[in-house]
Amino acid sequence: MPKLQEYLPIIGESRLDQLFKIARPLEGRVVQNINSTAVGGGVAEILTRMIPLFRELGIDARWDVIRGNERFFAITKAMHNGLHGVPVELSASDFEFFVETGRANIEHVRPWGDIVFLHDPQPIALVEERGSDGRHWIWRCHIDFTAPQADIWEFLQGYIRRFDAAVFSAPAFSRPLPIRQVLIAPSIDPLSDKNRDLTESEISAVCNRFGLDRTRPIVSQISRFDFLKDPVGVIKAYKMAKKHVDCQLVLAGGGATDDPEGQKVLDEVRREAEGDSDIFVLFLPPASDLAINALQRASSVVLQKSLREGFGLTVAEALWKARPVIASAVGGIPLQITHKYSGILTHSIEGTAFWIKQLLNEPAYAAVLGQNGREHVRQNFLITRHIKDYILLFLSLERPGDVIEL
Amino acid sequence: MAAPLTFQIQLTLTELLGRRARSAAELRDGIRSVPRSSIYYHTHRYLLQHVRESPEPPNDFAYWTTNSLGQHQLGESLASVNTVDFLGLEELRDRFVSILEAQPSSNDGVCVLSPEGLEFHFLACRIFVVPAGLTVCSLPEFRDALTRIPAESLYYHMFVPRFLGAGAPDDFSRWFAAQGRTDVAAALTKLDPYAMTVEGLRRKILDILDQHA
Repeated sequence: MPKLQEYLPIIGESRLDQLFKIARPLEGRVVQNINSTAVGGGVAEILTRMIPLFRELGIDARWDVIRGNERFFAITKAMHNGLHGVPVELSASDFEFFVETGRANIEHVRPWGDIVFLHDPQPIALVEERGSDGRHWIWRCHIDFTAPQADIWEFLQGYIRRFDAAVFSAPAFSRPLPIRQVLIAPSIDPLSDKNRDLTESEISAVCNRFGLDRTRPIVSQISRFDFLKDPVGVIKAYKMAKKHVDCQLVLAGGGATDDPEGQKVLDEVRREAEGDSDIFVLFLPPASDLAINALQRASSVVLQKSLREGFGLTVAEALWKARPVIASAVGGIPLQITHKYSGILTHSIEGTAFWIKQLLNEPAYAAVLGQNGREHVRQNFLITRHIKDYILLFLSLERPGDVIEL
Repeated sequence: MAAPLTFQIQLTLTELLGRRARSAAELRDGIRSVPRSSIYYHTHRYLLQHVRESPEPPNDFAYWTTNSLGQHQLGESLASVNTVDFLGLEELRDRFVSILEAQPSSNDGVCVLSPEGLEFHFLACRIFVVPAGLTVCSLPEFRDALTRIPAESLYYHMFVPRFLGAGAPDDFSRWFAAQGRTDVAAALTKLDPYAMTVEGLRRKILDILDQHA
């Protein structure tokens, strides 16, 4: 894992120095992170990278993982979908089982940190253990909360209101609650394999592996094969643009092969792509971070034509590579792109096709969008900013007031 | 000899109020009742998020009214509020409310609502003040420090005192006045820091210092 000093050339001395300054009053505090998985998924990924950085700053960050059986995780997956607005059915006994599992976990994940920091709904019932011992409790919601299913929201709300603060990733996820709510956007790690600088030969090696022609423009969407990412809409937009401008299209992403819907999407995408040798549908296995990085860097234009989106960190990933991005104005994407300044926001297939043509025909303008996008990500969406926000939140638990002098 | 100037940095933690607006009337009601730190946030947020370029109108109320409600004239009125003319957040709040009150609540009987997903979300903030590690005693030292301090420090000294009731529009003009350099102080007070980016402001102040060296 990278050391904080390695971020210096990216964020500058002042930003790095700020992290040490604000962390000093918290030296030795135990921040106990609790989630439901040690590997796989965005939460585990970010905790793996953040915990060593917190420790370097003198904050004693710990990480515990709750246990659950198959039924528990089936329930939490259904909850996850329901919070995303997908209708699901959960019975009273499901809710009861969820609570019982939470209580059973208190035996081996005893909340003992100065700050107990729970991630997502899975461990939320641990808050029942909260006493009057002065510990601070935070709940971090990493998922899209725009339109949560009413019964699940009602159930979770009973727990959320017992925390000191809830953390959401986008303003639209916030709901009326009697506790403090804090906005902390997710982040990318510029030193991870998915985002670090690559040499030309590394990029070319990946392109050659997939048979891409680097002498011709590449338009890509790198995202899970999911109807909500609208990969078929991407192909339609590409076909409209292709009538007037030469390009190749890369649709690359992963997805569970045992997910019947994922397979259905992939089949539909392949049907739509049939007969066009310039469309590359790449089903990437897990641990394809370097390939994703190279494909984004090789792209003349990156698309994210989602119909719905959580935060949409793939946009930040592409912007960090100074790529011009055309993306739908949904979820957290408008926080990452200011239209015609740091990228392009569209609302339709036709609009996407129009902007593909414009950006391929005006590479100088496209380059400016990419550069502005990269600076916006540097200022707002890197892991160091994420850590800074968490530290400010921890400080605010101990020091009330609108203005806090350190 | 006046006291030295110690540079500080402002850091911000953004808070969500769980309140949203879908129309100009709801925006007005929200502005009326949200905490002062929300008014501060929505009129200053953009300055530190776009330190080099300013692609957005200078307050979130104007941006949303123009881009989500499509009410361009109202948006322009809200964008035209000269924040620099106000020495307190309550006065600034009242100004936005009065503009929105002057607006008919419906257009030919039709209330304009934002599309779903594009509602206005009221946010607020907590400000953290951190020492920047630089102290200066003279104009040449100040000039040198100004080229080195981060945008968050320049921002803090030029924007925060106005709304913390420090008795002067900004820290720098107050410090120069105490140094007996009323010429520099007067030139700084004339600036409208809201009409430029933080980096643009840095260049302007350096120009002023060079003119009054």
